[in-house]
Amino acid sequence: MKAYKYFDNVDTDVIIPARYLNHSEPAYLASHCMEDIDEAFAETVKSGDFMVAGENFGCGSSREHAPIAIKAAGIEAVIAKSFARIFFRNAINIGLPIIEQTECAEECQTGHELSVDLKAGIIENKTLQKTYQFEPFPDFLLEIVNHNGLIEKLKEKGV
Amino acid sequence: MGMTMTQKILAAHCGAAELKVGNFIEADLDLVLGNDITAPVAIKSYEALKAQKVFDKNKIALVPDHFAPNKDIEAAQQCKTMRLFARENEITNYFEIGEMGIEHALLPEKGLVVAGDVVIGADSHTCTYGALGAFSTGIGSTDMGVGMATGKCWFRVPSAIKINMTGQLNQWVSGKDVILHLIGQIGVDGARYKSLEFTGEGLESLTMDDRFTMANMAIEAGAKNGIFEVDAKTIAYIAQHSKRTPKVYAADADAVYDEEITIDLSALKPTVAFPHLPENTKTFGEFGEIKVDQVVVGSCTNGRFDDLKITAEILKGHKVHQDIRMIIIPATQKIYMDAMKAGFIETFIEAGAVVSTPTCGPCLGGYMGILAEGERAVATTNRNFVGRMGHKTSEVYLASPAVAAMTAIKGYIASPEAE
Repeated sequence: MKAYKYFDNVDTDVIIPARYLNHSEPAYLASHCMEDIDEAFAETVKSGDFMVAGENFGCGSSREHAPIAIKAAGIEAVIAKSFARIFFRNAINIGLPIIEQTECAEECQTGHELSVDLKAGIIENKTLQKTYQFEPFPDFLLEIVNHNGLIEKLKEKGV
Repeated sequence: MGMTMTQKILAAHCGAAELKVGNFIEADLDLVLGNDITAPVAIKSYEALKAQKVFDKNKIALVPDHFAPNKDIEAAQQCKTMRLFARENEITNYFEIGEMGIEHALLPEKGLVVAGDVVIGADSHTCTYGALGAFSTGIGSTDMGVGMATGKCWFRVPSAIKINMTGQLNQWVSGKDVILHLIGQIGVDGARYKSLEFTGEGLESLTMDDRFTMANMAIEAGAKNGIFEVDAKTIAYIAQHSKRTPKVYAADADAVYDEEITIDLSALKPTVAFPHLPENTKTFGEFGEIKVDQVVVGSCTNGRFDDLKITAEILKGHKVHQDIRMIIIPATQKIYMDAMKAGFIETFIEAGAVVSTPTCGPCLGGYMGILAEGERAVATTNRNFVGRMGHKTSEVYLASPAVAAMTAIKGYIASPEAE
């Protein structure tokens, strides 16, 4: 599916501006996702598409509304050179796959066709006819991701 | 191998004698914080867990501050959700607007955090309490919901950057300039996943308000937490505000740091972060005359008593420039009252500034001072991202209260040093 490419330091204020934080419904948040830097995103994004960016993706506020908006927009995974730490844990906690892969993040452009195999740790850029490997998560995080988030993991284990 | 201050606090909270960088741990929490934006989402997570009750009704703090007093119907609903949850669960530290304040100014003032604590808050500026020698960090709503149910949170043990401060700040230079200088030096991801540990002989000259401002913006360098070595000033502050006994942790002499950075406080000058990243710092002389439409003094970064004091000292006997809208927001009701008793509020109103009840309001583009297309603000707040304070073409310049006050008088970004 298609990639949407952004730059370094994509912050949570542009992922979902605070003026929409008086709501928390995922579909509403998704409808305003990225609008201050990419008006077309929410209109054109399709389920299974990817977001690709540079360093420090998701920097800024702790609003979980940011990964919620991205996930609800249909994004299958975010691929970046690096992630800001609160966004990183929020994405893991809600079951939004995030992948650190510098070379792929560098070479991919908006419109490139991508596919990701999370278990095998492989990204394929079909447009460039190139594959990239990425490190699987450490076991501790993998367990959360495999449960589709922290809440489901804890529900299974019991609080 | 020695541990950093942060590693020692985390070790003590997960029953480990020693921790290594990269270890995953589950730490016991001393306080879980949320606000009117993040708590409603956390309450959904909490309810999904079907916990019998919260882990400790005295160790949860809920503060309506971002869009409170309620800015619109939706915000009112969010505040109501949090209020009802607080009542139902008998949360001791719920602060209704009459006794509230911006969370990160309020919690230290109420004595809810002391040295040695582990605190999580569903707000990125939770790192503020590092000024008290606590490990405190921002997390999301899911972590907050889980924290309220279990009293625990997962962490990956961070490495650290040691900030060694020497010398003393000059007049008109404050904690805001120190932290902006550091962010300018290492970048908005310079401390990503790491602790910033502030120490050195320069520490002594920094007021607690300076330290709160600096720890507050550790996140703006990507840090997991910013923490200050505990000294006599910290202990005195805690004794004055809290009934709890602090537990002081010091970094081991052989603690390993990724990097050591020395900052000579006496060499620092008033510093401004240009749009649209806090790392875009400049000092006066590096830019020309930049006209401004609005000046904001407030926020969890710089809405404390010392911030209002310097603002009043500069504004006294002057008028806010006719092209400037100046908005001053004391961070808590107590700070508001203290500022009133000290005569600052009268000075502000005489100068032509407006004074608001405590709220995060304009800092995150909520309300109480939103920018129109192409407008420019100097703000003592913490972020200057695209669209942060309003329209996507508006601009925010981050600075200290002293620079903000002088800018309000002049109409363009101005240094108090020039006077």
